[in-house]
Amino acid sequence: MTTVIPHPTASAATTAAPTRLEGYNFAYLDEQTKRMIRRAILKGVAVPGYQVPFGSREMPLPYGWGTGGIQVTAAVIGPDDTLKVIDQGADDTTNAVNIRRFFAKTAGVATTDRTVDASIIQTRHRIPEKPLTEQQILVYQVPIPEPLRQLEPREAETRKMHALQEYGVMHVSLYEDIARYGRITRSYNYPVRVNGRYVMAPSPIPKFDNPKMDRMPALQLFGAGREKRIYAVPPYTEVKSLDFEDHPFEIETWEENCALCGAEDSYLDEVIVDDQGTKMYVCSDSDHCRERREAGFQGDGGPNSGGPR
Amino acid sequence: MYVAVKGGDQAIENSQKLLDEERRGDPRVPELSLDQIREQMSLAVDRVMTEGSLYDPELAALAIKQARGDLVEAIFLLRAYRTTLPRFGAGEPVDTATMAVRRRISATYKDLPGGQLLGASFDYTHRLLDFALAAGDDRPVAEIAPEGVEPGMPRIADILDHEGLIEREEPGDDDAPVFDLTRESPRYPADRAARLQNLARGDEGWLLALGYSTQRGYGNNHPFAGEIRVGEVAVEFAPEELGFPIEIGEITVTECQMVNQFKGSASVPPQFTRGYGLTFGHCERKAMAMALVDRALRAREFEEPIEAPAQDEEFVMAHSDNVEASGFVQHLKLPHYVDFQAELVTVRALRRKAGYAADSAISDAAE
Repeated sequence: MTTVIPHPTASAATTAAPTRLEGYNFAYLDEQTKRMIRRAILKGVAVPGYQVPFGSREMPLPYGWGTGGIQVTAAVIGPDDTLKVIDQGADDTTNAVNIRRFFAKTAGVATTDRTVDASIIQTRHRIPEKPLTEQQILVYQVPIPEPLRQLEPREAETRKMHALQEYGVMHVSLYEDIARYGRITRSYNYPVRVNGRYVMAPSPIPKFDNPKMDRMPALQLFGAGREKRIYAVPPYTEVKSLDFEDHPFEIETWEENCALCGAEDSYLDEVIVDDQGTKMYVCSDSDHCRERREAGFQGDGGPNSGGPR
Repeated sequence: MYVAVKGGDQAIENSQKLLDEERRGDPRVPELSLDQIREQMSLAVDRVMTEGSLYDPELAALAIKQARGDLVEAIFLLRAYRTTLPRFGAGEPVDTATMAVRRRISATYKDLPGGQLLGASFDYTHRLLDFALAAGDDRPVAEIAPEGVEPGMPRIADILDHEGLIEREEPGDDDAPVFDLTRESPRYPADRAARLQNLARGDEGWLLALGYSTQRGYGNNHPFAGEIRVGEVAVEFAPEELGFPIEIGEITVTECQMVNQFKGSASVPPQFTRGYGLTFGHCERKAMAMALVDRALRAREFEEPIEAPAQDEEFVMAHSDNVEASGFVQHLKLPHYVDFQAELVTVRALRRKAGYAADSAISDAAE
């Protein structure tokens, strides 16, 4: 029996192509639409964490599959940008591949899977492990932009609650978790407060990633296509995960290390390697893991591997 | 051995080749032409045009062919194409009173000016499978009526209006910009124009179920099918440089005017109220359901208690679009293993706290 190595062993990058899809504007959307989206982004940057309604367009990819992120990326990308797209932290998941292909086709931009080489990173469900810089933009795909939605289904109500900073219902919900389970049980899409004002949905990233949002040097943009909302966290803005003094926010930890690179501090995916439920743990961030292996770090190879590779 | 599912370029390419092959089906069977779909699957074409919000039978036929007959997928294809089209302005309001009527029925009057015109309808067919049709159509031809249809059939609402029995629908300020739900995000409470736009492109099944629910007591509004008409209307557009409207084409539409009961309130005398439905092509079921839901959504306007799902505008409007709904429901197919891992960590921690040993049974079995 062999262990499946779920990560690529070499990095992949494409250069900018002079030819792109005929019959469509650069990055698919027309310039008027991109301008409209950029105006919404600017408003979002000016009011961190506030959900700006925008005239979301119908995209040739399905709603719920990243249409908001794609529109934001399309509005900010230029011919000189280098794009990285990840889903679940990995560049080679089908939806990430598909979105990267979309931009390679419609914008002809260079793509990469190296976090350090990217000027724009579009992501679903993760923030890269490597700290981002002022030169980078992180674009999140957001399914439900409203952090209060599960507590109050009506948009007319939640808008009022944000306007009046009526966030008691969220604190009560977190408290109910503690009363019932002894701890806050939200493990992803963990609500944050931005710049001391708006409670914001960080998108369904694991709460492990929440601290990375705080005072991040990179610009963070959030696009929700189906729900027609854009919001933003400007560089170096405070992003605080909601908690209580006696129940401070904490992130996930694992007893195991990455089986491939040995990382002890990265977010781990659990991979079932046989039909007996035997597990191995590997970095969810495939670029981070490969970079560590290239630097000579090694994990124990996981179960059934016969030790370090 | 279990192999972790990771995709990639190659997998996507292969999948799409396979999809093309499956769409074509058995190559010994002649391929469908767009003409065949447009002419012989015309109600499917009409539905795709209506919910795709684009009047183009040829493209709708292509979308149906490409989508292998999956109409929601075809609607998605048409919408994604539509969104790339430039806009050169808004047309003049379509005048359905001048419609070249093919079918026109009223359930509120036995006879009325212009008469009842049954037209082509499934309504009085016996739903018996026609095995002769399976063997091939024998080119049926309908006879031409000895007399033509009276031109200019007044609409039922205009007839009732003479006595003041039905609410008037005053046209708003012509120059006021109309909300465009394809360019702006909806705000609640929404006005009727926004609601009707939403319902017009809303999923037929969704509207049918909601309309049906009003009949079964969830927000009943005592409807009568005042009039349903199907036919061709002219589309006019006034180019800025001309300053007057010119006819740019003709489209087929289905219009339904529901006449609904209303007892009157402190500010309004007793009179009938209206629900309105309009679709591209011949989509009678959709037009009727739309009219029921439109009326139900006017509850606030008439100071009726809002108690039923069909009266709740956020509930109705936010979930009516099948392209949005289909995408979001099916996005559950995308990998969620990062979030699932986060949940696993939490559940294991909770179980440990509750005194259950951490999945020892499974590890033992594996070793």
